[in-house]
Amino acid sequence: MLDARATILDVANLKTVFNTRDGMVHAVNHVSFSLAPGELLGIVGESGSGKSVTMMSLLKLLPMPPAEIEDGDIIFDGRDIRAMSDDELRHVRGGEIGFIFQDPMTSLNPVFTVGFQIMEPLRVHMGLNKKAARIRAAELLELVGIPDAGARLKDYPHQFSGGMRQRVMIAIALACDPKVLIADEPTTALDVTIQAQILELIKELRQKLGMAIIWITHDLGVIAEIADRVAVMYAGQIVEHAEVRELFKNPQHPYTRALLETLPDMSGERATRLRSIEGQPPALSKAPSHCEFAPRCGHAFDRCLKENPQRRDVSPDHDVACWWDVKTGEPANV
Amino acid sequence: MLNYTLRRLMFTIPTLLLISFIIFLILDTAPNDPTGNLPLTIPPEVRAQIRTSLGLDAPMYIRYLLWCKQFFVNEPLNLLYEWFGWCFNTCESRLRVTSWATRSPVVDLIVERMPQTLWVVGMSYVVGILIAVPIGVISAYKQYSWFDQLGTFISMIGFSVPTFFTGVLLIVIFSVMMPNDSWFWLPSIYDTTLKVTDWASFGAQVRQMLMPVMVLALFNAAQISRFMRASMLDNLSQDYVRTARAKGLKEKVVLLVHVLRNSMIPVVTVIALGIPQVFGGAIITEQIFKVNGLGQLLIIGIQGADIPLVQTLTFLFAVLIVIFNLVADILYGLLDPRIRYE
Ligand SMILES: Nc1ncnc2c1ncn2[C@@H]1O[C@H](COP(=O)(O)OP(=O)(O)O)[C@@H](O)[C@H]1O
Ligand code: SF4
Ligand SMILES: [Mg+2]
Repeated sequence: MLDARATILDVANLKTVFNTRDGMVHAVNHVSFSLAPGELLGIVGESGSGKSVTMMSLLKLLPMPPAEIEDGDIIFDGRDIRAMSDDELRHVRGGEIGFIFQDPMTSLNPVFTVGFQIMEPLRVHMGLNKKAARIRAAELLELVGIPDAGARLKDYPHQFSGGMRQRVMIAIALACDPKVLIADEPTTALDVTIQAQILELIKELRQKLGMAIIWITHDLGVIAEIADRVAVMYAGQIVEHAEVRELFKNPQHPYTRALLETLPDMSGERATRLRSIEGQPPALSKAPSHCEFAPRCGHAFDRCLKENPQRRDVSPDHDVACWWDVKTGEPANV
Repeated sequence: MLNYTLRRLMFTIPTLLLISFIIFLILDTAPNDPTGNLPLTIPPEVRAQIRTSLGLDAPMYIRYLLWCKQFFVNEPLNLLYEWFGWCFNTCESRLRVTSWATRSPVVDLIVERMPQTLWVVGMSYVVGILIAVPIGVISAYKQYSWFDQLGTFISMIGFSVPTFFTGVLLIVIFSVMMPNDSWFWLPSIYDTTLKVTDWASFGAQVRQMLMPVMVLALFNAAQISRFMRASMLDNLSQDYVRTARAKGLKEKVVLLVHVLRNSMIPVVTVIALGIPQVFGGAIITEQIFKVNGLGQLLIIGIQGADIPLVQTLTFLFAVLIVIFNLVADILYGLLDPRIRYE
């Protein structure tokens, strides 16, 4: 996984915990990944697997306390985000890395017009005056496919539908031509047809603007459609990571395989979609000392309960964190 | 919005009429005797005559209608006459709502006492708000910090210790224990005759307002700062705050533009709803510091069984409450773009 590609974002050994009243929550456990310019990395995992916390750690968007980034390096465009001053970090937020969140219904401020909210980053990061910012904001709304863009700048979020609000969020995230766009389950809260439209929009914008994207989802189907590479997260760890076709063709981790089985089959019947993996995701109250997937895993053997598997390469563009080797059908030789 | 306001205003008229009738009914059933305070040497026949001359023999509904006529027709006409000199048939000899105890028109008494109440109680409300808003904002932003803990403690005191205690405590400290010539000495009796003409009298006015205003401001600030804090906390955990931060806005902008603007909506409503209490004059505080405002007037009226005075004052308070309820609703609609009144 450490290769010589040019990277825009390099995350190594990221560990984020929450110090809550009920004890520690080990939400992100030594996560490493990198992102090449213009690339689309998909991150997939069940709800609670630490996807959002990982992404918010990158820009220190978590409430601290209770959150604490305990360890790790976050190198963005050659700069160490963890060492940045508040001012530098603010410039990265919204200026160089755009963020889209899951729920468009609550992510916009209800008492300000969408025009105001799109113009804010333009004025802060690009130093545009009011007039220039308004012109650019109208362009952005048009870019994300909102009809009658100029007039709609004066409207408030509640005057837009969910899909349209997510388009507004995308316009805000892309306002300052970011190098990286982080989309945290941007379509989960939307209904299916709108989901497809937003997906199309992002594909189109990526072609036009060329930014790198991290796309978070719990839906492997979406990943298959747009991602270049995929990381599968479980219990705050990346358990498998591969080029997208490789992952679908040759899944290694029992969890990935289980996820693939929950996908609708060729006939696309709804019933299969609803099938989910049996068992509960683990409580994250302890740092992992063994394989966290073991209680739900059909291949678990004694080593799984003693040691936490580390990521090992199975091919140049594919690694997995599992003690079992699917190819040989035996414990891996590591 | 205008339609809505007009419709609400129309609706307030029957409401207020009903309220005025209920007040009248309650006061009428109370065992009040306006001659009760007169010397015991006055014989019963004379007392009966006094009662007849006050119109107390007439049936209840007649007295109510008379009050209505005096209050809703004669008083407004009289105001028009006094303010603009407009005259409709009779001018001087119009029958006005008259206090039994003082024999002067009730409205004149109220107008005379309004300024003191507005100055002292109104000022304490303004001071209370000015203290409460920043405290609420900081307490919420630094939740559980020493500042928040201190704020919680002080507002608990301000809220739970009655003003007759804090008032008397301040009097004991600043008027009694403090030497008379000390710079910190404050008068315990509010002097209504004081006219502000120069810096010295202005200073004296400030000094005599200081204690009552502080006592009431503490009480008001305690309530409003709690509201402010709760409202800020509600909003700080909203998703749009994270969006604002993810846009790279300064923390100050996130807090004072995005969060505060949302948090003020319910607080402004609460502040508007509290304004009638300002006119009601903090009755107890006015008594303690001998401020002859509306609150004190009401107490005097009740003690003297001065029914027209009590009826009119109580009704005016009801009017204010109804009006400021409407104002609060309208403000809500203006501040929150999601609310649209049809
Ligand atoms: N503010 C918080 N305090 C305590 N625990 C949290 C907090 N936010 C998230 N977590 C925990 O971190 C874990 C990962 O959450 P998250 O990253 O939101 O998952 P997801 O993969 O669904 O995005 C969850 O177990 C969640 O309970
Ligand atoms: S390490 Fe063991 S328990 Fe964990 S996924 Fe692999 S086989 Fe299953
Ligand atoms: Mg999430």
